[in-house]
Amino acid sequence: MTSASASPTIQNSERSSEMPGGIDWLLVLALVAFAAVTVRSLVYTPIEVRQGIAQKIFYVHVPAAVISLYVSCIPSAIASVMYLWLKDERLDRIAESLAEVGLVFLTMVLTSGPFWGKTTWGTWWQWDARLTTTLFLWFVLVGYLVMRGAIEEAEARARLSAVLGTMIGLLVPFIHLTVYLFPTIHPAPVILAPQKPQMSSEMLITLLSSFGAFVVLYAALLRRRYRWATARDLQQQLENQRA
Amino acid sequence: MSVPAHESNFPSRVAASDGGAGAFEVRSDGASRVLEAVGLVRSFSGRKAVNGVSLQLGAGKCLALFGPNGAGKTTLLRMLGGQLRPTEGHVELLGHRLPGDAATRHLVGLISHHTMLYAALTAHENVVFAAECQGVRDAGAASTKALERLRVSDRADTAVRLLSRGLQQRVSIARALVHRPQLLLLDEPYTGLDEVGASALTDALRELLADGATLVLVTHHLGEGLALGTQAAIMLDGRLVRSDAAPNGGFDSSAYSNLYRSLVTREVA
Amino acid sequence: MSPAALKVDYKPAGFVRDTLRIARKDLIIEFRTRSAFFSAAVFAVLSVVIFRFTWDTASLTTGDLAPGVLWVIFTFSGLLGLNRSFGIELADRGLDALLASPVSREAVFAGKALANFVFVCAVQLLTMPAIALFYNLPAGEYWFAVLGVVVMAAIGLVSVGTLFAAMTSNTRMSELLLPMLALPFFVPIVIPAAQASTSLMAGRPIDEVIGWCKLLAAFDIVFVAACTAAFPFTLEE
Repeated sequence: MTSASASPTIQNSERSSEMPGGIDWLLVLALVAFAAVTVRSLVYTPIEVRQGIAQKIFYVHVPAAVISLYVSCIPSAIASVMYLWLKDERLDRIAESLAEVGLVFLTMVLTSGPFWGKTTWGTWWQWDARLTTTLFLWFVLVGYLVMRGAIEEAEARARLSAVLGTMIGLLVPFIHLTVYLFPTIHPAPVILAPQKPQMSSEMLITLLSSFGAFVVLYAALLRRRYRWATARDLQQQLENQRA
Repeated sequence: MSVPAHESNFPSRVAASDGGAGAFEVRSDGASRVLEAVGLVRSFSGRKAVNGVSLQLGAGKCLALFGPNGAGKTTLLRMLGGQLRPTEGHVELLGHRLPGDAATRHLVGLISHHTMLYAALTAHENVVFAAECQGVRDAGAASTKALERLRVSDRADTAVRLLSRGLQQRVSIARALVHRPQLLLLDEPYTGLDEVGASALTDALRELLADGATLVLVTHHLGEGLALGTQAAIMLDGRLVRSDAAPNGGFDSSAYSNLYRSLVTREVA
Repeated sequence: MSPAALKVDYKPAGFVRDTLRIARKDLIIEFRTRSAFFSAAVFAVLSVVIFRFTWDTASLTTGDLAPGVLWVIFTFSGLLGLNRSFGIELADRGLDALLASPVSREAVFAGKALANFVFVCAVQLLTMPAIALFYNLPAGEYWFAVLGVVVMAAIGLVSVGTLFAAMTSNTRMSELLLPMLALPFFVPIVIPAAQASTSLMAGRPIDEVIGWCKLLAAFDIVFVAACTAAFPFTLEE
């Protein structure tokens, strides 16, 4: 006797609205924008006097850093807390997608940073507040994804990930605060500093365009990742019913 | 659902409760309702392990629950004990909704094929620990008494890891009974027990039933289950497909065995 | 016979006694099996010796080395103890019976964390004299201050560690996952603790390390609360 009346918990409306085999226009737009900004930053933006050509890493590094921390990791922690409260599996998928895409962008930050640092400060790495926080955030996100991979049952996976996600949210300020008490040589914020920005308008436009391109890229990747998670969970539920 | 020919041996069969879907209820006659479950459903990632089970049991009643592996018996038992929250439906124990507060948890005892003991502690220490967690007033004396009833007093000061599987199971049963639970949930308790152990367990359970406890017994041993059961039910694919109250002379083991086999093989085929 | 006549006297023990009973149970088991403590003790002594020989004592005195060694041992021996904290519960599903009893989830967490705390402190009480001995550090009142730092750090470590042990013990790669998840969380404990103990061992007055101690205390308060609140979510229901 099969349980014919059971239905998967994922509704029809959530299933991908893309046509099968169709083109993901958002992703195409993102890649075009990314290419355009790359060209602009390399060819059309003046070279900064003190730091030289390596300064152009700035246009990748800063948007990736801002997005990964504020757009990805903090919302992921919030989604985790809300999952514990509401137990909606969509929140778990959101947290998972935010964490994974955030990890991609964090990796960009951590790989671009040392190249810039080597030319500017003379060292690949410094144990200042920002770098250490970023590095440890990277580690905990990897740990988060490894733990998700180690749990097979969906409800347990969602629940434990949410606990970990919440703890990560609490951890980050502590790491930052702890390391902050050490002397830092990280460049002071250029844009958000109270004085006038020290960049030329050309550079500012490039930076803002880069932000825009990164946001679109982030949105495209996030959407794909979320849809993939939905499809995966749906398939799992259908398989469980057949079993 | 068509009815097998030998059902006439079971006069008090309860009719289907939802007109045709084939789900049976277990209903208690007379005595005060101790355990009540309504429309229990539990799913794991889309798969319904328990798919609509309702039952009522009174004091001094024992439900013997049979079914093949994977039927959902363990999941049902965990919901009845308040260890697992149902996806739909609810369970009430003496009027308290489960999972309940501390006082409600005190009413429940658990026995399974896992001993739930700590291997490095002695039998006595294990049972005293359980008794103290249950708030039993004189835990040492209660433990000694419980171990006596299960005929393992002579091994009371031996570390559990040094005991044979059968003796460990008896200590586990002592652990579960030390606080005289109102509702006792047993998941294959006879596993690993020898003759002495099995008869000690049956005696202890009979004593509890006589004192008014309620039992839900999941077992593959039809004989032992039917000997204790005041009701018998068969679970398949998350539903109760059959439920019978014990006739006056007790269940007829071989007849029920045939019934069970026919139901289970028909569903599987 | 009515159900009411069935019950023995039921007297709930309360949070503190439940916690102490569970901690005592865990410690007795550890004492009898001696698995984790011996491993931790051996690890501690070996580390003290090995670190001594891997550093060039011309450029770095043992006084500089000692705090680092102390906190490395603290972290990794702590992990050794945390690993087995829920292992004993899962071996024969003792945790099922415990959770089905009137004992509150908070008491289960507190009891296990307390046992882990005693474990960690016991290892440190072995390590500190070993370090003093092998690295020729002078005796003095500063050791009490260092012990105070160790205690504060241990509180944070066992809170996070007990929670993560509960989370990972039921998963596939539990022995890898626990250190992997926990170590980043130990960093905000170890940094202030190491800084404070370095100052203390160098003979600086306690006033100078108050800032680090405040940070440790803040971490302890936040994470003891958060982990106790999060613990019930790690149990299936």
